[in-house]
Amino acid sequence: MDKMNINNIIETESLTKVFGGLAAVNEVTLKIDRGDIFGLVGPDGAGKTTLLRMLCGLITPSRGRISRNSDSFGYMPQKFSLYGDLTIAENINFFGALYKIDSKTIRRRADEILEITGLAGFKSRFADDLSGGMKQKLALTCALLAKPALLVLDEPTYGVDPESRKEFWKILYQLNKEGVTIVVSTPYMDEAELCKTVALISRGIIMSTGDPGSLKKSFPYGILELKADARDLDFINDLPEVVDGDFYGDKYHVAVYEVEQAKAAIINLLAEKKVAIHHLRHIPPSMEDVFVAVTKEEVV
Amino acid sequence: MSRILAILQKEFLQMKRDRLTLGMVFMLPLVQLLLFGYAIQTEVKHISTVVFDQSMSIESRDLLDSFSSSGYFDITGTAKGYAEITKMIDSGKAKAGIIFPPDFAEKLRKGETAPVQVLVDASDSMVSNSAIAVANSIGLLKSQKIIMQKTGVQSLPYDIRVRPWYNPDGITAYYMVPAILGIIVTMTMVMMTSMGIVREREKGTLEQLMVTPVKSYELMIGKVIPYIALGYLQITVALLVGGVVFGVPIRGSILQLYLLTLFFITASLGIGIFISNIARNQMQAFQMSFFVFLPSIMLSGFMFPREAMPSIIQYIGNIFPLTFYLTIIRGIVLKGIGFPYLIPQVMSLLVFSVIMMTLSIIKFKKKIA
Amino acid sequence: MEYVVTTCELTRTFGSFTAVDRININIRPGEIYGFLGPNGSGKTTTMRMLCGLLEPTSGSGSVLGYDLARESEKIKQKIGYMSQKFSLYDDLTVYENLVFYAGMYSIPYHERKKRVAEMIEMAWLAGREKDLPANLSGGLKQRLALGCAIISRPSILFLDEPTSGVSPTSRRMFFKIIQKLANEGTTVMVTTHFMDEAERCHNIAFISGGRLIANDTPDNLKNNVIEGCMVEVDLPDAMERIEELESLPYVKECSIHGPLLHVLLDSEGNVAVFDRYTGVKAREITPSLEDVFISLAKLQRKQES
Repeated sequence: MDKMNINNIIETESLTKVFGGLAAVNEVTLKIDRGDIFGLVGPDGAGKTTLLRMLCGLITPSRGRISRNSDSFGYMPQKFSLYGDLTIAENINFFGALYKIDSKTIRRRADEILEITGLAGFKSRFADDLSGGMKQKLALTCALLAKPALLVLDEPTYGVDPESRKEFWKILYQLNKEGVTIVVSTPYMDEAELCKTVALISRGIIMSTGDPGSLKKSFPYGILELKADARDLDFINDLPEVVDGDFYGDKYHVAVYEVEQAKAAIINLLAEKKVAIHHLRHIPPSMEDVFVAVTKEEVV
Repeated sequence: MSRILAILQKEFLQMKRDRLTLGMVFMLPLVQLLLFGYAIQTEVKHISTVVFDQSMSIESRDLLDSFSSSGYFDITGTAKGYAEITKMIDSGKAKAGIIFPPDFAEKLRKGETAPVQVLVDASDSMVSNSAIAVANSIGLLKSQKIIMQKTGVQSLPYDIRVRPWYNPDGITAYYMVPAILGIIVTMTMVMMTSMGIVREREKGTLEQLMVTPVKSYELMIGKVIPYIALGYLQITVALLVGGVVFGVPIRGSILQLYLLTLFFITASLGIGIFISNIARNQMQAFQMSFFVFLPSIMLSGFMFPREAMPSIIQYIGNIFPLTFYLTIIRGIVLKGIGFPYLIPQVMSLLVFSVIMMTLSIIKFKKKIA
Repeated sequence: MEYVVTTCELTRTFGSFTAVDRININIRPGEIYGFLGPNGSGKTTTMRMLCGLLEPTSGSGSVLGYDLARESEKIKQKIGYMSQKFSLYDDLTVYENLVFYAGMYSIPYHERKKRVAEMIEMAWLAGREKDLPANLSGGLKQRLALGCAIISRPSILFLDEPTSGVSPTSRRMFFKIIQKLANEGTTVMVTTHFMDEAERCHNIAFISGGRLIANDTPDNLKNNVIEGCMVEVDLPDAMERIEELESLPYVKECSIHGPLLHVLLDSEGNVAVFDRYTGVKAREITPSLEDVFISLAKLQRKQES
């Protein structure tokens, strides 16, 4: 890396972190654009937290290089790290003071952010008494006090109910619109769809990077969605036209080599077994399908 | 029964893998014995002493000789005035000062009372007690001699002969080593047991255990037996070290020592289990263990003689199992006495154990909250 | 026995806080019963009461005919339970963990080896018997914990968020195992945040603020709860247009699902109007379970305030 591209807010080269002989993050080379919503997507233990902590300079890499083109950044760690026995307002004042922001400015900015996050009415409530979603919003407020150009969030929606998750993402989009670059990690595949750029990470290795659309386009198989009157449809996997099939909710998703051929084969097979078909249609792959495909070779 | 065996097997596997803790279990009695056995001397000798001798006479030198040959006072320097002595004691360079007035020898020769001033740094009461006692008796002995010479009396009217039994040479280690056994067992039983159970609560494995059909008592017995084994191992190590390094004799029956120790172990386990029932995390368990441990050391007679404590404090000391155990173990090791003499102590431990275990079983109901 | 689990006004309070508020549920033998709701809504507390880990403050219930309050030890002999964090012993190997739980359930010695081998096969752990749990992936740990919970072949299995944080591949594999157990007759009660898992349950209870607010089959919930016409539309900048679309008079709700927007229109007649507005053809769909729960949660909040 000779000179950093001015359009990139973070660049890493062969970034590696080894804990006790095990590479938690393995040879990660990344470029994150200014203004991006960059999603680091993978299961627990994939190395997301370690990578984000290195990006924030909280841990020293074992190998590789990293450059950050932004002085100001906010970090929201995975675990709720605010004081449960302080109120929302007290937490905000404390974190503001850590950034040496004067109390007037803190109040003004806090009001702005609390308005966005919908916490304005709860300023005197203790952090311990907030719901999971509200706690995350408070943590976000504190991370935003210093008006960072870059916001790094580690699994901000983990264990939060679906509605609060969606709301949280709305806030992230609004911040992004105001110019904040967002780097976020998540174990939820549906959230991957919301990122502008997605990096799929598994066992410390970035398996694939790109925008959700092109990642899905690179998916090598066709997906058929089947709804049929049967508890067990795994026998479909025995068809030579089928790569892999699995329940996805109450529907069965079948990855196939060639859509029309496979459709015919499945219809035949189900007729033979006397299973009624509600519908069988070709659908675009989801991020989850993509993730499963790129990590397929691994033992899970 | 098979469930207890399964728990035992698991506990021993875990213990075997936790090398650090296992090492501590053996190092603890070793290190404590060596440290306490060697370091703790309740009698203070070799007190550094400065002298301001204004008399500079044969008589003053003679008395000084008596002081230094007692072994308690080391004459480390001379001073040229009160101010200098004060300064040396203030700065801690000397712990005692001896001042002879200019007319010391003259008064002695005339047969008058010759005052000698001994200044002692009493901020450390152990030091000052020895110094004061020895200085007084030197004065008495010297006076006695002179009076006997003057009056021609050949023998003294009283002859008190003290025979120190059980530990005639007054070797501190004899007194300390058995007591340290008690301390070590307290630490293992209270601290390790309580933390061992609380760790399972913290990790969530206790929750998993609670939904199995395992009975509370099975769980308790299974968890506790390994610690009893550890405790006995520690006692054996400590007795061996005590015998080999310090030459502590065991005058009573070793069998009785091991048997009666079981009562103490049960009582201490009771505390450990009780703590594990109320502590939410390992830190709390550790703190609560200390809350038991420190007063045990202070009030049981391990450090300070209980006879010197106000009676209310003595009563408080009776809450701790260690107090009774010290009487038991010192009795068996040093006095060579046996069970018939120790019935009150054993009964007290028994009552204590029953109360603790009952409380624990009531509190522990295989429920989370 | 018609129901293997029943509760009547089951309630649990902690101090002044009511974690579970007069809940009535019935679970049939052999069904997968999904328990859904936001964090802190009382799912875990309910499950712990059913497992005999917590005593109900009031109300009653029974599991396999045994009373929750009086016969919790009998219940424990018949059930399997997997708590939220996989409670395995870190310093015991995979094999030793399984053997230990086999011992806890007093499985006869001559059978233990066979059962442990079964669990290892079920969890795809072959070759990893001597590994410590710390060296296993999330998915393997999860399946080992499941193995420990079902080594006694329980007739009811309680799973508290068994799949949070594991990879999608492991999640699918796990649910396959659950489905197989259910097909073989085990009743499964499971809490989850994942809607695709909820879809695979035979019955779903949705709980919020300690109260049961819906309880039905997934199909009935999808067909009956939401009033209006749900369409799916693929718009560029979908995220930024939610508020704009919500302000349309005939739009009741709008939310993002993956890359697509789900829009709830007040009537079928307005689909064409909506198409004209966006310039994109919207597709009528059955609401997803997620749609159902979001609207249930909104409804609940409206009632509270």
